[in-house]
Amino acid sequence: MELCDLTLHEIKDLFAQKEVLPSLVMASVVKRIEEVEEKLGAYLALDLEAAMAAARAADERIKAGRALGPLDGIPVAIKDNLCQAGRESTCASRILQGFVPPYTATAVQKLLEQGALVPGRTNMDEFAMGSSTENSAFKPAKNPWDPERVPGGSSGGSAAAVAAGEAIAALGSDTGGSIRQPAAFCGVTGLKPTYGLVSRYGLVAFASSFDQIGPLAKDAEDCALMLAAIAGYDPLDSTSVRNGQVDYPKELEREVAGRTIGLPREYFGEGLDPEVRRLIMAAVAHLEELGVRVVELSLKLTEYALPVYYLISSAEASSNLARYDGIRYGRAAAGREDLAAYYTRTRAEGFGPEVKRRIMLGTYALSAGYYEAYYQKAQQVRTLICREFEEAFRVVDAIVTPTSPTLPFRLGERLADPLAMYLSDVCTVPVNIAGLPAVSVPCGFAQGLPVGMQIIGRPFAEATILNLAHQYQKVTVHHRARPYGRRRGEQNEV
Amino acid sequence: MRVSEEEVRRVAELARLAFSEAELRQLAGEFNRILEAFAKLNEVDTTGVPPTAHVLKVKNRFRADQVRPSLPRAEALGNANAVKDGSFVAPLIME
Amino acid sequence: MKFEAVIGLEVHAELSTASKIFCACATKYGAEANTQTCPVCLGLPGTLPVLNEKAVEYCIRAGLALNCRIADFSKLDRKNYFYPDLPKAYQISQYDLPLCRDGFLTLASGKRIGITRIHIEEDAGKLMHSPEGEGFSLVDYNRAGVPLIEIVTAPDLATPEEAVEFLEKLRRILIYLGISDCKMEEGSLRCDANISLKPAGAETLGTKTELKNINSFKALGRALAYEIERQAELLAEGKTVKQETRKWEEAKQRTLSLRSKEDTQDYRYFPDPDLVPVELDQAYVAAIAASLPELPEAKKRRLIEEYKLPEYDADLLTGSRHLADFFEAVLKDYCNPKAASNFIMGELFRLMGEEGLAPEALALNPAHLADILRRIDQGELSVSQGKKVFEKAFRTGASPAEIIAAEGLRQISDEASLRTVVTQVLAAHPQSVNDYLNGKTKVAQFLTGQVMRETKGQANPQLIKELLEEELAKLRP
Ligand SMILES: [Mg+2]
Ligand SMILES: [Zn+2]
Repeated sequence: MELCDLTLHEIKDLFAQKEVLPSLVMASVVKRIEEVEEKLGAYLALDLEAAMAAARAADERIKAGRALGPLDGIPVAIKDNLCQAGRESTCASRILQGFVPPYTATAVQKLLEQGALVPGRTNMDEFAMGSSTENSAFKPAKNPWDPERVPGGSSGGSAAAVAAGEAIAALGSDTGGSIRQPAAFCGVTGLKPTYGLVSRYGLVAFASSFDQIGPLAKDAEDCALMLAAIAGYDPLDSTSVRNGQVDYPKELEREVAGRTIGLPREYFGEGLDPEVRRLIMAAVAHLEELGVRVVELSLKLTEYALPVYYLISSAEASSNLARYDGIRYGRAAAGREDLAAYYTRTRAEGFGPEVKRRIMLGTYALSAGYYEAYYQKAQQVRTLICREFEEAFRVVDAIVTPTSPTLPFRLGERLADPLAMYLSDVCTVPVNIAGLPAVSVPCGFAQGLPVGMQIIGRPFAEATILNLAHQYQKVTVHHRARPYGRRRGEQNEV
Repeated sequence: MRVSEEEVRRVAELARLAFSEAELRQLAGEFNRILEAFAKLNEVDTTGVPPTAHVLKVKNRFRADQVRPSLPRAEALGNANAVKDGSFVAPLIME
Repeated sequence: MKFEAVIGLEVHAELSTASKIFCACATKYGAEANTQTCPVCLGLPGTLPVLNEKAVEYCIRAGLALNCRIADFSKLDRKNYFYPDLPKAYQISQYDLPLCRDGFLTLASGKRIGITRIHIEEDAGKLMHSPEGEGFSLVDYNRAGVPLIEIVTAPDLATPEEAVEFLEKLRRILIYLGISDCKMEEGSLRCDANISLKPAGAETLGTKTELKNINSFKALGRALAYEIERQAELLAEGKTVKQETRKWEEAKQRTLSLRSKEDTQDYRYFPDPDLVPVELDQAYVAAIAASLPELPEAKKRRLIEEYKLPEYDADLLTGSRHLADFFEAVLKDYCNPKAASNFIMGELFRLMGEEGLAPEALALNPAHLADILRRIDQGELSVSQGKKVFEKAFRTGASPAEIIAAEGLRQISDEASLRTVVTQVLAAHPQSVNDYLNGKTKVAQFLTGQVMRETKGQANPQLIKELLEEELAKLRP
């Protein structure tokens, strides 16, 4: 049992009791990184010396009883698509190799101001496009529970780092499930906040109307602490929301008896791994024991979510990624003799195949003659999907589904077939389409691999879903399993 | 709706991407499979349904017309591949 | 066959906000390359735009002044195309829901020119060709993100003259509104023109060409005239006009094909997900309407009616809101409008021309001009003295009283002392007196000059004339 395997709130309490200092925790994280990082590839860049120096500064604050907040002295890994001033920020893309932004993403800035330590920048699918972190231009990340398998994606590096104790918590981004699906695959808790709750300023855009930054952590309580640190209105992001400050950690302790959750039929049908189903239903039974009312419901438009998501997100991506032209930043092709050729070579050399595929799909969906049939049609169905969720939330307080229909798959297994890969996101994309908050909670193991349950809430009802997750975690142990350094007296449920 | 290789080539040009002949063929195949799967959307009756570009109900987000310091020029140019006389370097533009 | 031209204009005006449309960088013209840029206007990854409220307000001002309907719901869209001066490879603009639409501007003839739409968008950076033979271009993003309004007219203009008049009137209005300085030479006012020909009286439109690179009012007239001739020749020969974009070549005074329609871009417009909709309530629009200044046409009509000025004077004076304001400020302390107008159109215009001074830069105190005009009317200053004092006041800002005192310019209108001088002069020049009395009345001029010399030019010339005549009459045998 190592310090790096503790939760954020456990470490925070140890700090408060002055039993442990940040530099000790950081040292534990560094040691774990030295042991497992080569095997896992969770990080693209490490910054351990700076983090250690910051840890020593945090030591002084903790010793003096002047902690900047619950995150002071906590090692938090940052996904490589969140800009950090003075740090190479590549989005795991060759085209951004060498790019060092002169500004820091608002969410990261908030963490730094509260004393968080950043051990490094985590691996991801290039530009967050993917569900396995195999689309990283530099190296794939591996699942700490089974390095033959993917950690999920696109925040696979963040999820693997937290699960393995290479960080205490991490920031990820979720455009179509990129926090929740890797959280499920790696056995950690991951929260995708309501669209607009966390500023997107400094998050390299993939699909602007879906992207949200959120935490990956060891349990719901840690997610609440992280969310409290990063949520809030930012004048630099027109789509960030002025929402009355909610005390997320405090809301965790509410009673859940009397709450109603809905199980949408469409998420439990064909394609759902029976073992996943079994574990989700067991978790639902646990919730029922806590006094939660369970109802079945139908979200008929679920089957349209995938095309809606891929058309809109690719369209937005095709525009967001047009700026990578080799003139102001990033990698450029050699030779400047001809403008169009320069652009084309720079982009053809700089982007990986999945990114190109989405740019192509998105360009097509927006191009003259196809806009109405694809992009606009998708935006209209999006309206209907939003309405369907609204209707459902008249009846239920939360919706419970599997996070992923399958167990973590093997590296390479779905690479050849983009459609099969897209199906990994079938349970998570509807949430982004409607901009809802959702959390993935570990709910057991099958074949030694973690399974996640997704709890979806009403807009800005993070407190509600974290409350459910926390109360569930109070009576279960799945979230306490660690791939390395198991707790004394505790066995992983395999 | 079948997408031809020719069409894929046109889209690639529009997106400033380039593919080999083999890649183009493969991409056209993938496009067709993806779009065929996505044709499912046509089952949904969207007559009179407004499109959703924003899930938020937020509107009128403005900033006051106030000047703040710009980046020092060295920082503005700091990530460029090529710089000359305080400017970014781009391929030669005729016209 | 006789042809009629069908012309529409697309005008871009840079708004004179202090900061850019989506970031806080300054918009000052002429700064060193890339010193007015930031992560947002450089389009660095992860940055987001936030709309400048003044840009919206200014666009609505333009819309109201041009009789447009102001949208209650509007949004911003992305116009996607690759070009090195466009940092994000898309321009944030407005596509199907512009802030203003369906307005008009009336020409002197009474003809209404429809304004199809006015929208806001961001300007692009500036490309400079590197020194000969180096094989690359340089990019300066200072201008990237400067707010623009794009004003699109209906194809209601029939001649190059109408087009030029329209643009001049439009320019005057935008300057009056205080929303743009409209300097074509600095690119803060830019104009493209669409033009096609059709047989006289025909309903259907011909194929149009789009003219770019029009850098002055003169160039607009010439480019259109050239294009009318070129298209007419083609049609007369039974050939067809190609739909294309053509560039006006100032040096050669001709248009040249730039690209044909087949190469036109597919801009893939779609709503910008980074910016939320703009919803304007009526009270907000009404408040802007109430704050609009008097516009050039209205001001001109009022000057004619209120001050009985000739149309010519009123037109010149309302050429600039500052000038018209100056004129009216002069009239606060001085009650002869025509005399004030004459002095402004003569002396003030001359001095401003010499100094290359724009009306907006005029620092002259209108009360000073009123003072000078009053002193002239009261005979305290001669007209030429008045002009002299005015020039001093114009150049130094000193008050007429100070200048008159310093220069000793006071006009002697004291009859008794002047009469003494006159009699002295007559006594000193008996030969001239004789000549005068013998009918050579021209010598009066010489005698006047002598009086002036004795009084160091300060005598009231009218009074000298009267006194000379009186004293000479006394000497008549
Ligand atoms: Mg425009
Ligand atoms: Zn800027």
